[in-house]
Amino acid sequence: MNQTVSVASTKPWIAGDAPPFVRIHKVSKKFGDFTAVDDVSLDIYKGELFCLLGGSGCGKSTLLRMLAGFETPTDGRIEIDGQDMAGIPPYGRPTNMMFQSYALFPHMTVENNVAYGLRRDGMGRAEAMERVSEMLRMVQLGGFAGRKPHQLSGGQRQRVALARSLIKRPKLLLLDEPLGALDKKLREETQFELIKIQESLGVTFIVVTHDQEEAMTLSTRIGVMNAGEIVQVGEPNEIYEHPSNRFVADFIGSVNMFEGRVTEDEPEYIKIDSAEAGGEIYVGHGVTCTLNQKLWYAVRPEKLRLSRERPAAASNAFPVYVEDVAYMGNSSIFQLKLPTGRYIRAAKPNLSRYDEDGITWHEDVWVSWDDTAGVVLTL
Amino acid sequence: MTDVTPADAPVPMRDADRSTAWRGTAAVLRRVGLDGRSLVIAIPFVWLFVFFLIPFLVVAKLSLSEPAIAIPPYLPIWEWDGLRLILNLNFENFAYLWSDALYVNAYVFSIRVAFVSALFALLIGYPMAYFIARSPEPRRTLLLTLVILPFWTSFLLRVYAWQGFLRSNGVINNFLIWTGIIDTPLVMLQTNFAVYLGIVYTYLPFMILPLYANLVKLEESLLEASSDLGGRPLATFFHVTLPLSTPGIIAGFMLVFIPAIGEFVIPELLGGPDTLMIGRVLWNEFFSNRDWPVASAVAIAMLVVLVVPIMILRAAQAKAEAD
Repeated sequence: MNQTVSVASTKPWIAGDAPPFVRIHKVSKKFGDFTAVDDVSLDIYKGELFCLLGGSGCGKSTLLRMLAGFETPTDGRIEIDGQDMAGIPPYGRPTNMMFQSYALFPHMTVENNVAYGLRRDGMGRAEAMERVSEMLRMVQLGGFAGRKPHQLSGGQRQRVALARSLIKRPKLLLLDEPLGALDKKLREETQFELIKIQESLGVTFIVVTHDQEEAMTLSTRIGVMNAGEIVQVGEPNEIYEHPSNRFVADFIGSVNMFEGRVTEDEPEYIKIDSAEAGGEIYVGHGVTCTLNQKLWYAVRPEKLRLSRERPAAASNAFPVYVEDVAYMGNSSIFQLKLPTGRYIRAAKPNLSRYDEDGITWHEDVWVSWDDTAGVVLTL
Repeated sequence: MTDVTPADAPVPMRDADRSTAWRGTAAVLRRVGLDGRSLVIAIPFVWLFVFFLIPFLVVAKLSLSEPAIAIPPYLPIWEWDGLRLILNLNFENFAYLWSDALYVNAYVFSIRVAFVSALFALLIGYPMAYFIARSPEPRRTLLLTLVILPFWTSFLLRVYAWQGFLRSNGVINNFLIWTGIIDTPLVMLQTNFAVYLGIVYTYLPFMILPLYANLVKLEESLLEASSDLGGRPLATFFHVTLPLSTPGIIAGFMLVFIPAIGEFVIPELLGGPDTLMIGRVLWNEFFSNRDWPVASAVAIAMLVVLVVPIMILRAAQAKAEAD
């Protein structure tokens, strides 16, 4: 996280005095009867690393392609750096794109691939090659200038694609699943490299991804998309700890969700009676709601605690039966069964290498959490 | 015969019998250097040997024999007088081809016609193939069917049909006179123009199909990447589409150029008396002059003439595909 803090510290989306760099205003895109992007409005500021996060078919790629100019919005307007993009073809836009499949020209060497954008702008060969070798050094491909794309590994191709999309120093870089084709280890390394490059060049990045971890690591802000709509925009911790609706809570990370009704609505606290949980849930802060309103309570597995005795001070505690334990290395996931038959999950970090007395299979224990651990959702 | 590989124990009895029988046969075949793999490969080799190499050797033999007024109209190239083998190779036929300007001109003209026709077929076929490859699916199949549709009618009939279009009182001239654009009919039939037209028309599908097969594989994202990096449509075409379609261009060019060199029917039906293409010369030599040895020499020489451009194009194609 500390990588993003320095960028996030400015937070122009909160200050509100700087004009947005990219303004997406009521944009829709229909393919026949199918609405891929539905009335999306979004402001993205200079220097941001903005992630569009969502499952496949949620419209995130279509939105990105409209920014690049490959698709024309059916409705609405897109402004980049104060300029209306309507009718401007891809080759006339101040954007560059890094494609999911990389789309490297197979008949050209690495060097010529990277130089392509400069050459199309009429730059002389000698000057272009100088810029290219500088860029290749930056992405650590100095010795690969003469290779063809098919002679490179997946990670090397990814870096060529990045170099090619950065060579023209675009104001806005669009990245479509930039790390999707890399294996896990390489992906994690490359994430930080990407942030470093973004910070050193000061380019605004818009990244499309379906990988929530990637979105969390990379971005200053995340826009979560579902069925063509933006369902929540916020900083990574905001999205994780304060999801605005059930879709976001469920999509990002894993969550235990209880449906219930408000039984006590006070300014300092509320109580939710949940048949699923098998009791009352105490929420230690006021919530805008009415008595007897149906709502949902979401609490993340790592916020739950397990104990053999009922914790005296806990505001929320329920008896559970340990049905399964999944050992993940750094943590263990407990599959717990409530007396109501509902399953919930709790995560416990494995702090000690020797935990012989730890809670394990087929035990009847207590699960408890703080009155601030969960989120009340009305949507 | 020894059982080289005994049958595996768990195999049921009936299968075991069958496999033992087969294994026995296979073992025998293997001893003479034949296994399933080489048998499969052998089939096309046998085919080419019987239907290409043997006829070729017959023609080659004929081209080196001496013509005679006899049946068959040539003398044998070897004799056996009981003690000596007398080999009688006559290179006069080839020398004759070289000395008579008719043959050299016919070769040069054939190559020119074939080359220019292939070039025009490329210029016409490329946009068509590109358009078909970029069409959405149901329309693409329809367009491809339309390209192949002419093959459903006899090639000969279609060339005859062009006579009906091109002659002085044909469809085109009648239409032009009717609209008042011209008063005297244009002479189109029995000209070199008609030959070019006929060849381009006939061989166009052979240009379109390999080009289509190549262009349909061209990834849309490469064109988008070019456009994204500032490539205008024309630049994208020359820097991305065209170089990536080189193998298709070479394949299409070969498929038009090679058969067009030896084309006989089109110059015969649409060309004038001065349209001397090598196929026609060969036909005359064989059927009118009954000079089989010279006709064979013409055929052999044509093969040699063809081998050089084919090898150049093959090398270019191999290089393009390696890239």
